[in-house]
Amino acid sequence: MSNSARQVVVTGLGAVTPLGEDVSSTWAALLAGKSGVCTLSDSWADELPVRIAAPVRSDPAALIPSHQLRRMDRSEQLALIAARQAWQDAGAPEVEPHRLGVSIATTGLGGLGVALDAYDILRTKGWRRLSPFTLPMFMPNGAAAWIGIEFGARAGVHTPASACASGAEAIGYGMHMIRSGRADVVIVGGAEAAIHPLTFAMFAVMRAVSCRNDDPERASRPFDKARDGFVLGEGAGMMVLESAEHAARRGADVLAVAAGVGYSADAYDVAKTAPDGAGSVMAIQQALADADITPEHVVHINAHATSTLVGDAAEAMAISQAIGTAVSGIAVSATKSMTGHLLGGAGAIEAVATICALRDSVAPPTINLEDPDDEIIATGINIAAEPRELRSGPWPAVALSNSYGFGGHNVTLAFMTV
Amino acid sequence: MVMTEHEIFSCLAEIVEQVAGIAAGRVTHEADITDDLDISSLSLVEIIVAAEDKFDVEIPDEALKDLRTVQDFVSYVQRVRRSGVSLSVPGDADAAVAAT
Repeated sequence: MSNSARQVVVTGLGAVTPLGEDVSSTWAALLAGKSGVCTLSDSWADELPVRIAAPVRSDPAALIPSHQLRRMDRSEQLALIAARQAWQDAGAPEVEPHRLGVSIATTGLGGLGVALDAYDILRTKGWRRLSPFTLPMFMPNGAAAWIGIEFGARAGVHTPASACASGAEAIGYGMHMIRSGRADVVIVGGAEAAIHPLTFAMFAVMRAVSCRNDDPERASRPFDKARDGFVLGEGAGMMVLESAEHAARRGADVLAVAAGVGYSADAYDVAKTAPDGAGSVMAIQQALADADITPEHVVHINAHATSTLVGDAAEAMAISQAIGTAVSGIAVSATKSMTGHLLGGAGAIEAVATICALRDSVAPPTINLEDPDDEIIATGINIAAEPRELRSGPWPAVALSNSYGFGGHNVTLAFMTV
Repeated sequence: MVMTEHEIFSCLAEIVEQVAGIAAGRVTHEADITDDLDISSLSLVEIIVAAEDKFDVEIPDEALKDLRTVQDFVSYVQRVRRSGVSLSVPGDADAAVAAT
């Protein structure tokens, strides 16, 4: 898409993560290489092979009144808090309700815990004892709906579902809403709060999670030889997207241009990443084409890199293939090494981190990269194990954020300096 | 335990505040539940469950059509409690409001 059409810009960011209660604390912790992973104290964890996760430490009850809190699933609570931050960061834009949209995913797993708790109540106390808000808490579009109500968004409220690519897909959908002229401002992002025994068990039985229980902070180690699966995290990342005209008209600070989005599907396996990475290559190339930019402009990539054996290697190969010789000049970071994997929230908080990286011209570190996988190094990708200043020179500079999900979904977002 | 009409009213106002976020001070005897207090139908379900546990009574759906004001609720609860016919479901009476 050429830049003369309706350009989309980012004017506000919000985040509630295992590393901090807002964007600035999260970004500072990312740059400092802090891990949000800890050992769970819940007794149910003793029965499972994995007992580590990256929970959000701040309490939503401090920010949402109790009567509203009890009607919301935790993922909805975190989403609402992050959306409020993003809205304030954007300067609480004045926009006609019919020109304001929402595109938010909580669709890694949504309100799974609510449904299971409700089933326990149903069996032990009967149907009349269920909260009448059980269904809205359970439905995957709940977070988007609550946020749409809070901000009075009438242009459309949407919830894409593509497992762990959902957060990125939600941002892409928001970009389309503005480009197509349906909306001037769209609140976009993703959230997940799925630290629950069943989630752990489901991922454990797939052998997808790290079982490094005795060393939680070193468990999430993307691209490292000793990686053994991902670590579950929770939280929310949100942003305010706006048409460039609308942002200029109200004199808003523009943080980045949401320049492009690329999608593809592996059509290979319902869970396993296609080892040739062809789907990821296509998503990256389409994002660049959509942004009308060449690979030489790319200075940073926030990789999906969850710390699984096949996934990390396939992504490294895909980045290398899609970018070509320019790959050596790109600082690749895997922030899941610190936040864990936020499932439906992952693409969103990583997009927030990508924009912060572009703004401050620094790539966050990939912690626990002690012994890089030879096969990954051989692809030629350049992983930032420590914080690294981004290459200066190309203008505009572009940063990509990759997100992939069970089902074979691939999404790449491209952000560009203003 | 015997509760006076005033005690029932105060407890009900407290439940309304906790469950629906409506300041207890706005809950008057004459207030119409839907028109004055703007309590939604789902919120009313939450209030009824909490009230059933608190007052150890059952408030069946059929009874609801006659209960329009706060006083209607208070009188209904008092009448059922006085009649001694407790139709309550088993379970921890005080847990519902606190735990949910």
